[in-house]
Amino acid sequence: MQFLLVLVVLAAVVALVSAPLRARHADAPEPGDDDLPALEAAKEAKYREIRDAELDRRTGKLSEEDWRSLDAQLRAEAMEILRRIDAAETG
Amino acid sequence: MATLGRACLLLALAVSIYGIAASLYGARTGRREWVRSGRRAVYALAGVLTIAFGIVEAAFLRDDFAFDVVASHSSTTTPAFYKATAAWSSQEGSLLLWVWLLALWSSLILWAVRRRARQVQPYATAVLLGFAAFFAGLAFLLADPFATSSPAPAEGSGLNPLLRHPSMMIHPPMLYSGYTLFTVPFAFAVGALIARRLDAEWIAVTRRFALAAWFALGVGILLGARWSYVELGWGGYWGWDPVENASLLPWLTGTAFLHSVMIQEKRGMLKVWNVSLVLATGILAILGTFLVRSGILDSIHAFGASTLGRPFLVLIAVLIGGSIALVISRRRDLRSEHRLDSLMSREAVFLLNNLVLVGLAFVVFWGTFFPLISEAVTGTRASVGPPWFDRYTVPLALVLVLLAGVGPVIAWRRATPRNLWRGFRLPLGALGAMLAAGLATGLGDRPTSLGMFCLAAFVLAAVAQEFGRGALARRAMTRETLPVALVSLVRRNRRRYGGYLVHAGMAVLFVGVAASSAFQANRDVRLAPGQSTRVGGYDVTYARATTGLEGEKVTLGAVLDVRRDGRRVATLRPDRGYYPSTDPSLGPVARYFDGQATSEVGLKAGLRRDLWMAVEPDVQALEPFVREADRRFRDAGADLQGFLIAAIAERYRTRPEPATFRIIVSPLVSWIWIGALIVIAGALVAIWPPPAASRRREASAYARRLARELGRA
Repeated sequence: MQFLLVLVVLAAVVALVSAPLRARHADAPEPGDDDLPALEAAKEAKYREIRDAELDRRTGKLSEEDWRSLDAQLRAEAMEILRRIDAAETG
Repeated sequence: MATLGRACLLLALAVSIYGIAASLYGARTGRREWVRSGRRAVYALAGVLTIAFGIVEAAFLRDDFAFDVVASHSSTTTPAFYKATAAWSSQEGSLLLWVWLLALWSSLILWAVRRRARQVQPYATAVLLGFAAFFAGLAFLLADPFATSSPAPAEGSGLNPLLRHPSMMIHPPMLYSGYTLFTVPFAFAVGALIARRLDAEWIAVTRRFALAAWFALGVGILLGARWSYVELGWGGYWGWDPVENASLLPWLTGTAFLHSVMIQEKRGMLKVWNVSLVLATGILAILGTFLVRSGILDSIHAFGASTLGRPFLVLIAVLIGGSIALVISRRRDLRSEHRLDSLMSREAVFLLNNLVLVGLAFVVFWGTFFPLISEAVTGTRASVGPPWFDRYTVPLALVLVLLAGVGPVIAWRRATPRNLWRGFRLPLGALGAMLAAGLATGLGDRPTSLGMFCLAAFVLAAVAQEFGRGALARRAMTRETLPVALVSLVRRNRRRYGGYLVHAGMAVLFVGVAASSAFQANRDVRLAPGQSTRVGGYDVTYARATTGLEGEKVTLGAVLDVRRDGRRVATLRPDRGYYPSTDPSLGPVARYFDGQATSEVGLKAGLRRDLWMAVEPDVQALEPFVREADRRFRDAGADLQGFLIAAIAERYRTRPEPATFRIIVSPLVSWIWIGALIVIAGALVAIWPPPAASRRREASAYARRLARELGRA
């Protein structure tokens, strides 16, 4: 009985692990869209930074003047990231 | 079912090795089907280990003493609740729990990030499976939980009485969850280094899991402290025990990482530092497991034998050597993108906080391993005690609490003197008020404690100010009511405000530590029934002795009447439980008093102070009666044995000898647990993922706005 159970577990493991290899259309090596996820992560981080700076201004940690300068810089950096995302998506 | 269990372990080892090979092959060739197959090996690993762990648990619950691990760590009289937890009191079950949790967490995380960090993920999978192969190999070859004996013994040895406490149900799994979760950022860091993908993505992928690991390990440490306080009978919650310290080490470096990673996310700075912290934290997590399982250092927790020491040392050496080689070989990819703009900035505060945390970790590491270091250098094993640790950790803790108040208030990049003044007015006012109150109430002769109280006031005021200002700003913007604005503010900035809550909780916790350490009154005193003693302004009278026969243990205790200024404030009933030894050479009665014993403390906890009392009955005085009973009834059956024990206990109750009491009046201890609960609440707020839909809406709104601006540019 235990031997049978061992075989069942073994068969289930082999089936689970080999499923991607048994698929009809095995994936070809992927083209170089490698930068896109990293750029998306950088974009998210930059958006968070813009929001944080806004919150810092509202809570008095940044003066209006400092915030304007910082916000402009952050938005310029965000735009640069968006440009690179566009380039990665189209290129 | 032992055969199935062993087969599952062997399968776990095989599938781990296959998964490593498939993942690395997939990564090198870019063939995603092999990468997916490697990831599925982790899911399969979780499946087979769930079966294996289930078999061990079932054996404990069914009292299947054919399993050696059950016979040596449980018995028919062990309560069912503790039978379920007895598995991880053993070396074998503990290793199985470790690798099972690793497989579960790895499966969950690799599934969650399956479409992200594609270049990094196969290497991370291989590293995680490498850990799994190591632990599955140990369990299979050196600490087999499925070893059996035939014929099976009729009765087991029982569970170590010290482990019969509810927190032991959760404490080890939480610690192990913390340790195993910390291997995930480690694995992704190694993957990022190998793949040279050291951008924002691997940080974004692993940060939340590092926070989850920090949370789990923190809860585990807290439960251990609580267990120590109410179960171990010495009256403390932290004794600088090597295994306690081992769990603190990755928690400290993990805390440092959670702060410094924000600098990398925002500024692209400290890449070498962050990756080194993650790698160190992962290695320290393995080191913690090594300490508790190897028995290399004397510890109340070191239940393990020393047979595992060598493989662990090899693993740790490989991890350290590999990590250093990887960081050095990738140093060009780890260059900072920016420089520190100003020393008056949050980045600078975080950097200082990192130095303090790493300094604390170094002190704890040095003190913990000093016995081994001294033995290697001088040939004599010497150890350092709590005063040594306190000498270095207390000043560092003071600086840390100060920084916990400065961090939330100061701005990123550069703070101006005007903004600093605006931000620090209120916290400094709170600090000054606390200082004045402390000096007025005579706390001046305890400068360290007074300093901690002042700094805690500073932190709490800073955090309250941040919540208040944020909520007011949001109310002004949205016209929501203040409570709604506060909730919305936290929901939209979970990480920031969750972190602030953690800071507030830590400040409260340190107040409890400072007060209970400096102002504790304690006395070890021997009292006969009717006698009294005075401790910390309380009159404690030993009213009468108590006894009890509960399951397999006999308890001898006391009723203590506690009065203050003549008014009764509490009646406490500490006792000591004696569990029979399984040594067959002992007599039927002596085996009870020569076995293991545990303390149940008498505790009246309050917001202002705890009254904590433990009793050590004078069992030596019972020895003549015990010896006589053993001599006369050497071959007593179970019924007669029970009768004899009851008779001895009754004699103790009616004609009690003086007993030794440890009596502690400890102020503000409860605030340690309250502070810890605030920390847990803050961590949960920070971990909780933001609603995906609203995040996407927000992101797309920003994208549209930026696109418009780009169109105009």
